[in-house]
Amino acid sequence: MSRKPIPQQLVLETATELMSRAAIDIPPDYKKALQAAASKETEDLSCFVIKTMLDNYDVAEEDRRPMCADTGLPRFYVKAGNEAVVEGGFIALEHAIRESVAIGTQQIPLRPNRVHPLTRKDNNNNLGIHAPEIEYTFEPGGDWIDLVTVHKGGLFGTDYRMLFPGDGIDGIKRFFLDTMASFGRRGLACQPAIIGIGLGGNKDTCMRIGKEAACLRVVGDVNPDPDVAKLEQELKDLGNNIGMGPMGFEGKTLVVDCHVEVAYTHTGGMPMSIHSFCHSSRRAAARIHSDGRVEFRDDPQWFTDFYRREGIE
Amino acid sequence: MSKMNVVKLKVPVSQEDVDKLEQGDIVYLTGTIYTAREGVYKKVLESGEKLPVDIRSISNVNFHCSPAASPNEQGGYDVGAVTATASFRFGKWMKQWFEVSGAKIIIGKGGMPEQAYRDVFVPNGARYLSTVGYGAGALLGRGIKQVKDVHWLAENGIAQAMWIFEVDEIGPFIVDNDREGNSLFVKHENAVNAKLEKLYEGLKPPALKRYGETTSRADEVIGEPDTQPIRIVNAMPTERSKD
Repeated sequence: MSRKPIPQQLVLETATELMSRAAIDIPPDYKKALQAAASKETEDLSCFVIKTMLDNYDVAEEDRRPMCADTGLPRFYVKAGNEAVVEGGFIALEHAIRESVAIGTQQIPLRPNRVHPLTRKDNNNNLGIHAPEIEYTFEPGGDWIDLVTVHKGGLFGTDYRMLFPGDGIDGIKRFFLDTMASFGRRGLACQPAIIGIGLGGNKDTCMRIGKEAACLRVVGDVNPDPDVAKLEQELKDLGNNIGMGPMGFEGKTLVVDCHVEVAYTHTGGMPMSIHSFCHSSRRAAARIHSDGRVEFRDDPQWFTDFYRREGIE
Repeated sequence: MSKMNVVKLKVPVSQEDVDKLEQGDIVYLTGTIYTAREGVYKKVLESGEKLPVDIRSISNVNFHCSPAASPNEQGGYDVGAVTATASFRFGKWMKQWFEVSGAKIIIGKGGMPEQAYRDVFVPNGARYLSTVGYGAGALLGRGIKQVKDVHWLAENGIAQAMWIFEVDEIGPFIVDNDREGNSLFVKHENAVNAKLEKLYEGLKPPALKRYGETTSRADEVIGEPDTQPIRIVNAMPTERSKD
């Protein structure tokens, strides 16, 4: 069987372009939602802040400079079709991704945010031990590789809590309110934001799917499970009823959208994680086909039926 | 669109201009400003190192910021985007910093506790300006005309170096504290707090508490480290918690 390998150079070029798009271009789904919010927001200060953010996106695109100087922590998500082959294998793919982070940091430029946690050593290229994070999933069929980069800001607005089955929806709502209200004050979470919730799994799975829900699902996307979809809507409404807008000023624009992802969990527990993607929702996606075509797209399409499968298949 | 009051100031700012600022004013600055955050504060205020320049003669506006910057071919630096970092972490250095630097305006993210405004800012006639939205990095980046100088780049790295910027109508910034030290953020928080409890009504508290969990929803997560002795809280409530 002869499968055409995807050249390592093409992975490098695509990843480098994604680095730049993520840092500079606000995703259209988020921008549209914020424009709609600006027309609905009745509080002067909140409205002024949202309009300033919209101006900022325009300037970023015109000047080709990052939306925000805290350019976050670059990370990559890789979805490989089962038939995909990369020249040099996955070691070469990771090499190309790491190289794109170093190149992007220098060229865009990004802030070299990644440091050693104790010594604070900075390699000045956003590379280091376990940096960037690279996560993989697979899809049946397909000889393509999907590359998604996310440059998530990281200091505020994320939390985890072990809840229990008896805590139920009340427990979920309370923890959601706690997190929104505490990190929304003074706008530490850089809201309005897409909020991702992970429910279930182990602690690490819970954190992972919650972050993916925030960063890899577009505004307006709804979970296919009707019960989960209902919770998404309830939490979004709850957040926007706190009365807090951008920067913690009075307002009704806190949650641009709320995405919930679930994972099967221990029978005794109901762990929950919350993640705020900031108002510089830096994500960019592309599919590299084996024939060398590269399709850039706005929707990462990370959560597929296969990715959410329940059975053996 | 909202009716915001816009003020354009020259830097160094005069005490007269600073005193005229009202809470919620939208400010743009022209002149020279500099960055200093924990890396610089620690060097000067804890290690006792001398400032590399006479900052008083250069500027009285301190920006809590780390630029996205990289060296260019002309031997200078290109600054892409600029945004503030959360200022509450730097509260313990501000009193001494005002004395050393003569700063009149601090620009940053999120403001500082009202206590800091009353105890430290008011006696120095200083104000705090917050960046807007916090992610308006491209807008602010456009306001920087030139990197005039950079100090302690090798030791502190790009993020913590002391950058001296020439700026032209950089902004917008929002004035947080008034002349008495009241905070715009706190005013808005109080309005939010008044309605917050209602949202919790009817939602039963979780089975397992968290150690050290605050019992007041008006509390902020920012502030000085807790110096109070640890109160022992039973993590397994035996009776229905009052909240």
